[in-house]
Amino acid sequence: MTENILHTEKLTMQFGGVVALYNLTIDVNKGEIVALIGPNGAGKTTAFNCITGVYEPTYGSVTFCGETIVSNHPQGKMKKMYLGEKDSEKLKVIRPTPDKITKLGIARTFQNIRLFNSLTVFENVLVAKHMRAKQNVLTATLRLNWREEKRAREESLALLEEQGLLQYKDELASSLPYGLQRRLEISRALATEPKLLLLDEPAAGMNPQETQELAEFIVKIKNKYDLTILMIEHHMDLVMKISNRIYVLDFGKLIAHGTPAEVQKNQRVIDAYLGVAEDA
Amino acid sequence: MEFINTNLPYILAGISVGGQYALISIGYTMVYGILRLINFAHGDIFMVAGFAMVYLSATSPLYISIPFTIIITVLLGFVVERVAYKPLRSAPRMSIMISAIGVSYFLQNCAWYVTSGLAKQYPKIPWIGDSISIGSATTKIVTVITPILTFILVIALVLLIKYTKIGMAMRAMAKDFETSQLMGVKINSVISFTFIIGSFLAAIGSLLYFTNYTTVTPIAGAMPGLKAFVAAVFGGIGSIPGAVIGAFIIGICENIIKGLGWTTFSDAFTFALLIIILVAKPTGLFGEKSTDKV
Amino acid sequence: MSEKNRSLNGVITPQRKNEFFKSVLGFIRKNWVGFALIAAMFAVIFILEQILPSSSMLFVVLKKGAIYALVAVSMNLLNGFTGLFSLGQAGFMLIGSYTYAIFTIPLEARDAVYQYFNGGIIKFTVPVPVALIMAGLAAAIFAYLIGLPVLRLKSDYLAIATLGFAEIIRAVFQWDKLGPVTNGSNLLKRFPSFSSTLYPFFVSGICITIIVLLINSSYGRAFKAIRDDEIAAEAMGINLAKHKQLSFTISSFFAGVGGALLAMYQTTVQAAAFKSSMTYEILLIVVIGGIGSVTGSILSSFLFIASSEWWLRFLDDETYIGSFRVPLLASGFRKVVFSIVIMIVVLFYRQGIMGTKEISVDAILRFFRKLFGKESREEAA
Repeated sequence: MTENILHTEKLTMQFGGVVALYNLTIDVNKGEIVALIGPNGAGKTTAFNCITGVYEPTYGSVTFCGETIVSNHPQGKMKKMYLGEKDSEKLKVIRPTPDKITKLGIARTFQNIRLFNSLTVFENVLVAKHMRAKQNVLTATLRLNWREEKRAREESLALLEEQGLLQYKDELASSLPYGLQRRLEISRALATEPKLLLLDEPAAGMNPQETQELAEFIVKIKNKYDLTILMIEHHMDLVMKISNRIYVLDFGKLIAHGTPAEVQKNQRVIDAYLGVAEDA
Repeated sequence: MEFINTNLPYILAGISVGGQYALISIGYTMVYGILRLINFAHGDIFMVAGFAMVYLSATSPLYISIPFTIIITVLLGFVVERVAYKPLRSAPRMSIMISAIGVSYFLQNCAWYVTSGLAKQYPKIPWIGDSISIGSATTKIVTVITPILTFILVIALVLLIKYTKIGMAMRAMAKDFETSQLMGVKINSVISFTFIIGSFLAAIGSLLYFTNYTTVTPIAGAMPGLKAFVAAVFGGIGSIPGAVIGAFIIGICENIIKGLGWTTFSDAFTFALLIIILVAKPTGLFGEKSTDKV
Repeated sequence: MSEKNRSLNGVITPQRKNEFFKSVLGFIRKNWVGFALIAAMFAVIFILEQILPSSSMLFVVLKKGAIYALVAVSMNLLNGFTGLFSLGQAGFMLIGSYTYAIFTIPLEARDAVYQYFNGGIIKFTVPVPVALIMAGLAAAIFAYLIGLPVLRLKSDYLAIATLGFAEIIRAVFQWDKLGPVTNGSNLLKRFPSFSSTLYPFFVSGICITIIVLLINSSYGRAFKAIRDDEIAAEAMGINLAKHKQLSFTISSFFAGVGGALLAMYQTTVQAAAFKSSMTYEILLIVVIGGIGSVTGSILSSFLFIASSEWWLRFLDDETYIGSFRVPLLASGFRKVVFSIVIMIVVLFYRQGIMGTKEISVDAILRFFRKLFGKESREEAA
């Protein structure tokens, strides 16, 4: 029996008249590595943003570990503009801010790396520990939380050591080379102690050698931290190699889904990627 | 009807002040629309226009002093942008805002130095300073002129933005600064042009405003400036019709509040309105919602 | 319950206490140079006060500088460390100074101070330290209330809303219907003040220490994360609204305390004095010192006050050399020169004096070691 970690139900995101994501229903089970692929502008990052609360979906819901964490239906002006199905079922409105979702156990990285550039590598990881601490502003200021702080520091150092970043710990995050910035961003996400990790194009800008290393790295952290991973990726060899299942998006719609082998043979996927000849 | 009769003078004053705020607020809304900058110095440019008129009219007749006031104000707006904002174009937005505050502080201190901090009597402009009676109220002709003039200028501006090439460039830059730069829009001249229009309208506004209020002080621009900015936010920042409507609403409400004997709160009202609109509809009356790309 | 469980629940066991004291001792041992320097500074001020006449300009600069340092650091906490652009500092200082004055004017002086309002309606006084804290709390409460609607929005609106709020407060405090409390547009005076320079140093010192501790705590890191990248900070589980609200409220608390100190220094307070130009001056102090540097703000506060109250005073006086009148020098010229200096800093030295760096005892020691190290090497060569 596989345990469902993440389920999205008819997730739809409409910006004005543009439908960026339409009726996306996906499932991610515990321990899986699931890839979300598709041509540029297919709505992959939009899906991530809806799941993590950065955007409010126009319609649809997200369930995490059996609990509905995001849910919305078109309201106000959007009611008229909404292009999706006009089904009568009205979802409850649950629109948490991204920090609440992170707290529940979903961590993410960003397509264009977003580190805290004026903080050191060590502090970047330490910031992620802030959320789980029991301190309040008074105890933190007066250092009455010193025990907790010490533990957070030790855990962060341990994490940096595992990721091979310890030697850079006092350098500014912005001064790291690109590859290490990617790794730091993943480390920072791991520091929030997630159950589900969303990776947005982790291999962007990497050469085949680095992509290869990254594949091993992802599998390693998945096993080590007992994670489930949902990732967006363009490097097909990476996707085919490590993912258990693949969802393919095109123009905001799900066009195929299955194991890597199934997806590779799917005609609609081939059309989406290579285009269809006009006279065909 | 009873209400209108007793409050007619205030409503008239409100419409007049509203028109003057509208002329200032266009400068704010256009600059914000393009540069995402609250030009804190705009109110002080308006104040300098007042002083320019005071000093020019002391030595020369009106047909010289009025055009020169406008020219000086426009030049000031242009120079402020070139000296204080242009070098910071790639800097964080907070730096430009601080620079704007620095300019505001500088202009106020200069005005203080030149005038020794004394209020100056604004020259009487014949005809528009004359009295006129409308219904039960007596007022100056400027009260009637202001909304008409505002209306004409706004229409001219809207046409300019809609149908000319530079207007198109402005709209493009308000939508996407970098892309329009890549498309070959000469951003520096468009920005300068925006400041010139803003300062021109502020100069007209100052002619009308100070004819009504008769004295100019070094901080005379601060309050009208702030209110005009609130008007711009109220109408939806970046939208010219929004700014104009916002300015009229603020001008009229403020004067009715004065009429009710709550003068202390006429300024407070403006900011209460700001907070209310920000809570209820942060994009203002005519603003468009924008989603930041992640 | 076992020993282990109890300590997990946060009860202080003897063993934990011991460990805590050890870490405190360790902290003192590590930073003894700093403590010694602070003690020396207080001693020097104390000695100066015995030697120099109390009317010396130096004390004016030190007193006002210390007060402005506190206000500037509190503004820096918000603008420099949290990345929120607020322009309400003068308003919060006003609330602080009025709260302090209203609750400390001695009962016997009230009839004279509130002469138009039958001695006012507040018929009790509180001790000075309590009034200082109340001043901070009053400012903090107002900040909290403004923050609720405004902090959810883009930071530009915060600037304009706080600036507007400061103007409203100034108008409301001068409203004669509130006269029984605020004395309308009349002066508040005859409340307790200080004569020794040590007093503002002591109070500002404590407040700045608390702010520095906050900045270096877990919350301070969260603030900096928000400043660097709001979206990433949220993805790290930092509640934006809560942390912005915290930073705004705490910053205003200390601005309120600073306002109370300013009232004590001036011995009178009047709402009309807390104009937006006061906020601008404080902002410019922060900019000159370096946005994001506490020591920079402190340093530039003293520099700013020394220049404006002392060193550049001559610019305001008409001066004659023989019968030749030195051009330009006249009332108000000092501020013009000031504004030019500030514009130069803003345009060409955007980092200010310190950038985001801090002066620390370590850095000073390192500097001297380097200096001496160089010399000894030169000698060797």
